[in-house]
Amino acid sequence: MSESKMVSLTIEGRAVSVPAGTTILEAAKAAGVLVPHYCYHPGLPVAGVCRMCLVEVEKLPKLAPSCATAVGDGQVVHVYSEKALEARKGVLELLLINHPLDCPICDQAGECELQDYTFQEGRADSRYREPKRFNPVEDFGGDVLYVTNRCILCTRCVRFMDDVHEAPVLCVSERGDRAVISKAADADLTQPWAANVIDLCPVGALVSKDFLNKARAWELDRTASVCPGCSQGCNTVLETRDNVVMRMKPRPNDAVNQFYLCDVGRLDYHWMNRPDRLESPKIRLADVLSPVDWEIALGQAAEALRGRRAYVVASPQLSNEALFLLKRLIGATGGEGAFRCATGPEAPLPGVDDLALRADRAPNARGAELLGFTRRDGDLLAGLKSGDVLVVVGDALDGVDLRRAADAAAVIVVGTVLPVGLPTPVAVLPIANVAEEEGTFTNLRGRVQRFLQAKAAPGLARPSWYALADLATAAGAPSDDCALPSRAFAALAAAEPAFSGMSYDALGLRGAVVAGAEVAR
Amino acid sequence: MSHGPSAPAHAHGHGDETAPYVPVFAEGSARRRELADLISRYPSKRAALLPALWMIQQDRGWISEDAMREVGEQLDCTAAYVKGVVTFYTMYHQHPVGRNFIQVCTTSPCLCAGADDVVKAFLEHTGCQELGLTSPDGKYTVIEVECLGACGFATPVQINEDYVESVTPEKVPGILAALGD
Amino acid sequence: MGYPHKSHPQETPVLSKHFGDPAARTLEGWKARGGYTALAQALTMAPTAIQDVVKASGLRGRGGAGFPTGLKWSFMKLDDGKPHYLCCNADESEPGTFKDREIMRWTPHALIEGVAIGAYAIGAETAYIYIRGEFSEPIRVMEAALAEARAAGVIGPNAMGSGKRIDIWVHKGAGAYICGEETALMNSIEGKRGNPRIKPPFPAVSGLFGQPTTINNVETLAAVPHILNNGAEWYKGMCLSSPKSTGSKLFSVCGNVARPGNYEVVLGFSFKDFLYDLCGGPPAGRKFKAIIPGGSSVPVITIEEAEQVRMDYEGFLEVGTMLGSGGVIIFDDAQSMPRQLARLARFYAHESCAQCTQCREGTAWMTRILERIVAGQGTFEDLDTIFDLAESMTGKTICVLSDSCAAPVVSGIKRFRGEFEALITGRRSSTVAVGV
Repeated sequence: MSESKMVSLTIEGRAVSVPAGTTILEAAKAAGVLVPHYCYHPGLPVAGVCRMCLVEVEKLPKLAPSCATAVGDGQVVHVYSEKALEARKGVLELLLINHPLDCPICDQAGECELQDYTFQEGRADSRYREPKRFNPVEDFGGDVLYVTNRCILCTRCVRFMDDVHEAPVLCVSERGDRAVISKAADADLTQPWAANVIDLCPVGALVSKDFLNKARAWELDRTASVCPGCSQGCNTVLETRDNVVMRMKPRPNDAVNQFYLCDVGRLDYHWMNRPDRLESPKIRLADVLSPVDWEIALGQAAEALRGRRAYVVASPQLSNEALFLLKRLIGATGGEGAFRCATGPEAPLPGVDDLALRADRAPNARGAELLGFTRRDGDLLAGLKSGDVLVVVGDALDGVDLRRAADAAAVIVVGTVLPVGLPTPVAVLPIANVAEEEGTFTNLRGRVQRFLQAKAAPGLARPSWYALADLATAAGAPSDDCALPSRAFAALAAAEPAFSGMSYDALGLRGAVVAGAEVAR
Repeated sequence: MSHGPSAPAHAHGHGDETAPYVPVFAEGSARRRELADLISRYPSKRAALLPALWMIQQDRGWISEDAMREVGEQLDCTAAYVKGVVTFYTMYHQHPVGRNFIQVCTTSPCLCAGADDVVKAFLEHTGCQELGLTSPDGKYTVIEVECLGACGFATPVQINEDYVESVTPEKVPGILAALGD
Repeated sequence: MGYPHKSHPQETPVLSKHFGDPAARTLEGWKARGGYTALAQALTMAPTAIQDVVKASGLRGRGGAGFPTGLKWSFMKLDDGKPHYLCCNADESEPGTFKDREIMRWTPHALIEGVAIGAYAIGAETAYIYIRGEFSEPIRVMEAALAEARAAGVIGPNAMGSGKRIDIWVHKGAGAYICGEETALMNSIEGKRGNPRIKPPFPAVSGLFGQPTTINNVETLAAVPHILNNGAEWYKGMCLSSPKSTGSKLFSVCGNVARPGNYEVVLGFSFKDFLYDLCGGPPAGRKFKAIIPGGSSVPVITIEEAEQVRMDYEGFLEVGTMLGSGGVIIFDDAQSMPRQLARLARFYAHESCAQCTQCREGTAWMTRILERIVAGQGTFEDLDTIFDLAESMTGKTICVLSDSCAAPVVSGIKRFRGEFEALITGRRSSTVAVGV
C-alpha cells in the first residue's frame, strides 16, 4: 500500500493539507474551523443524517455533507457562506418545530448543542403553528432516561450501542416524524458502557437518572481528573458545585479511553462527598482518640516510630507521590510495604482498542508495585513483624483479618476514615481524597497521568503527599524537597528509573508511559 | 404504533395478545426448513429477515415481540434490531387485526376519483367505529393506505392479500358479503 | 381500463402486446410468442457486446430517473472477481404509476428474460426482483413463472445450457415507498430498514452486500429482449421528437379522465392527442385542469401547458416538469388543488424514512400547513413558509423524497394560487391553528 497522498484545499479562506480520504469536516477541524454538526462523532461510523454539516464547495452544484464527503484537491469550501448558513438555519428551524420548550427543566440546558447552534445561527422566532408531537418519557434501564420529545434522531446512541459496544439493544422505530429511538423488552441499557449514550446525545433526550434535576450545567466547575475506579485510568472531568462533586464525565484521551467512561466508574463518585470523614489530627490519650493540631500528632507519630520498623499498609488508591513518600518512610525505618487490591469482572468496550473496566478495581496498583509495595490480596498483614509500627494509609481495612495487628508496637492511621477493629492508634492523620488533592496515578499499561484538585478537603485534612512528607521527615527521611506536589513528583522521577525524565509539565493532561512498559497501544 | 399524518394505529384487534408464545420456526418444523432454504439464497442470514417476518405474519396474523426475538435468534440479530425493521414497514402488524384487513387507497389519484367516499362506505357497512379499530365481532379492520399501484382502477382496495379494484361506495355491501366470515 | 382491452390504434404495443392474454403467462406460451430467443442469443454474446447494443438503442431507465441503461451497465467492472448483483426494481409505489404491475402479471416471462439478459450483461450470477409487498398477484404470477423457468433450465446453474449461472429470486417488500429508491432497495434486501444510503459509494462500486450492483426498473428490463431481437436501430427509430428519447413507454393514466389505464406510445408523442384521443378526454361535463405527468414527484402543470408538450424526457422539461415514471395524474375542474396537494404531501410525510431532518420534519410540517389551509385556517404567511420550507427540502438530503414532496406543492401553489388564496381569505374563524 502506498503512503497516504496529501490533499490541499482551502476552507473558509484557510489553506490546509490533509491525507486523501479525510472528510471535509475533519479537514476543517485541522484548519481550526468548526463545522456545526449533530450526528457526526469521530468515534462512530458516519451517518450523514442530521444535515447540519452541509457546506458550500465551489463548483459543486449542491451543498455537500462535510462529514461524509472526502476532500478534493484544490477545493474551496465555505462553511459560513450565505447558502450554508441558510441551510443550517433551515435544519435548526425544523429540529425545533416539534422540540418541546423544555429548556427551563431540561438538564442539558447550558451544555446543549441545539441551544448553542440555535443561538449562534438559528431563527429568533418560531413559525410553527401546529400542535407539537408528544411521546412519553421512557426508562431505558441502567442510568439512562429517554425523553422522547427532545430527540433529534441523530442516531448517535444507536450507532454507539451497535458498533462500539457491539450490543445492538437500541433501534430507530417507526418512520417519518413518528420515528423514535426504541428498545425491545428483553434488553435494557445495563451494559457496562451503556451510559456513554448520555454524553453522546447532543440534546437532553438521553439524560442521566443519577444527575436528574441535581444541578445546572453552568453552576459546575470542571476539573481534569482520572477515574479511581479501576486500573484502566480513564481520563475524567470532575464537575463540582459548592465543593460537592455533582458528576463525573469522561475526558477524551486517545491513548486510554478515547471518549468513554464505564458505568461503574461514572456513577462511583458519591463517596467523594461522604460527610463522615476524619477532619482533625488525633492522638491517643488515655486510650481515647483526642483531636489535636498537626504538630502534636506528627510528634506522637515520630515518637512511636523511633527505633522501630514501619510496616506500611498502603492503598492502591494513593497517588504515586504519596506512595513515594511512604517508600522513603519505609526505607528510613528498614521496614516494608504492602497493599491489597479489590477485583471484579473485566468488562471490555469491544469497539475500542485496549479499553475495559479492569479486574483491578483501583487506580494505582501498578504505581504501588513499581514503588516497591508487595501485593497481598490474601493476608494483608502477613509481613508485619512483632514490634513493628503498623502504618495504615488510605485503606479502611474492611474485611481484613486484623488479628496480627495485636503484634504491632503501635498503630498510626493516615486516611480519610478510621478503620474499624484496630487497636487504638497512637496518631491519626486526616488526608484528602482523590477529588481534593493533586497527584498522579499509574495505570495498568504504565501510563502516568495527572489528576487535579476539584474541591477542598474537609476540616484540617491535608493532601496525602503533604502529610506523608511530614511523616517521612518525622521518621528520619527528610522530605522538605516535597513542598509542592510537582516537587514531590520531581523527587520521585529523580529517584525511580521507571519514572526517569518525567515531570508534571511533560505529562500535561495526556500522560506518559513509564520506561520499560510493554507497548500495548 | 404510528401517530401522525395518515397513520392510524393498527391496533386493538381481536386475537390473543396474552396467550403464551409458540415458536414459528421450531426445530424440525416445515417453517424451519423453509427458512433454511430462504437463507441459502443470500450471502447473509439477515437478508432473510423480511421474508421470515412474512412467514410469521402468515402463520400468526401479527408479529409479537416474542416472535421478533425468535426470528432474531434464527438470524443472529437482536430483538431490538428486528423491532426497528418491523416498525419501519407498514404491512407488518404489531398487533392482531380483524380477520378481514381492509386497506383503502386514498392517495391523490384515488382521492380525486372519490376514495374518501369509499372509506366512509366501508366504515359504515363494517361497523368499525374508526379507522384502525377492529369491528366488535373481530371480522373487519379498515384503514387508509398509500398508493397501491393500481391507480387506473380507482378506487382499489386491498383486503388481506388481494386487490379489489374499481370500488365505488355502491359496491361495498356486495364486497363485504362476498368475504363471508 | 383494465385488461383485456384492445390497444388504441395510435398506441405502439411492444411491452403491452400480450397484456390481457392469459396464455402469454406460461413458459410455453411465451416461447410461442417469440420469448427467450433474445436470451438464447445474448448468452452467445460477450457481455460488453450486449451493453453496446443497449447503449446504441438509447434505452433510458423507465423507473423515473431516465438514466441511459447501457451506460449504467457499463459501470460494472466485469473483471474484478467480485460477485455482481442485478436488482430489478418492482417496488412501483410512485402515485399514479401502475405499469410494472401489468408487465409482471401479464408477461412475467418478459421480465424474467430481461432480468436474465441484464444479469448476464453485467456479470451477475444472482438477480433479485424486489416486488412491493402489496403486489400479491404479481408475486404469485412471477413465482410461478420463475418456477417454470428453473424447471426448464432456462435460468439456474446452467442457463439455457450456456454453462452460465443465472439465479433469479423474488424478494417481497413490506410497505415502504422509499424502498423504490435504489440504495434503500438494497438495504431492504439486506434485511435492514429501508434507509437510502449516501452516495458515493455508488452501487456499481459497492452496492448489495457491499458488492458491485446494478438496479433497473421492470419496464426497462422488459424492453431489453425486444432490443436484442429487433436491433438497436429499430429501437432508436422509435422516436417522435427529441433524439435523446427513444423507444416506447407505458404511460399510466389515472385521475379524472374518461379512460384511465396504461397506454404504450412512442416517446415524443403529442400529449394533447394522448389526453383527448387515446384517453378519451375529461369525464362528461368536466374540463381538464391540472396534470402531474411523471408520477406525483414532479411539478404540476396546467392543461394549457400540457397541451404543448411532446411526451419525452426533454419535452416535459421544457414546460418545467419531468417525464419521471410516466404516471399521468389528471385533475379536472371539480377538484380542489389545495386538497389534492395536501393529500399528496401527506403521502410523502407518511413515507419519509426519518433519516434527514429536512424530510422527516419538513414533509410533516408542509402537510399540516396545507391541511390547515384546506380546513379554512390558513394565512398568507403560510404560503411563504411553505416556499421557504421547500427551499430547505430541495437538494439537501440523502435522497430526493423531500424534493419530491416540495415539487408538486410549490408548482401547484404557483400555478393555482387563486385556489389557495380563496381558502385563506374565506376562512371562517380566527387565526388560532387547529390541529389536523
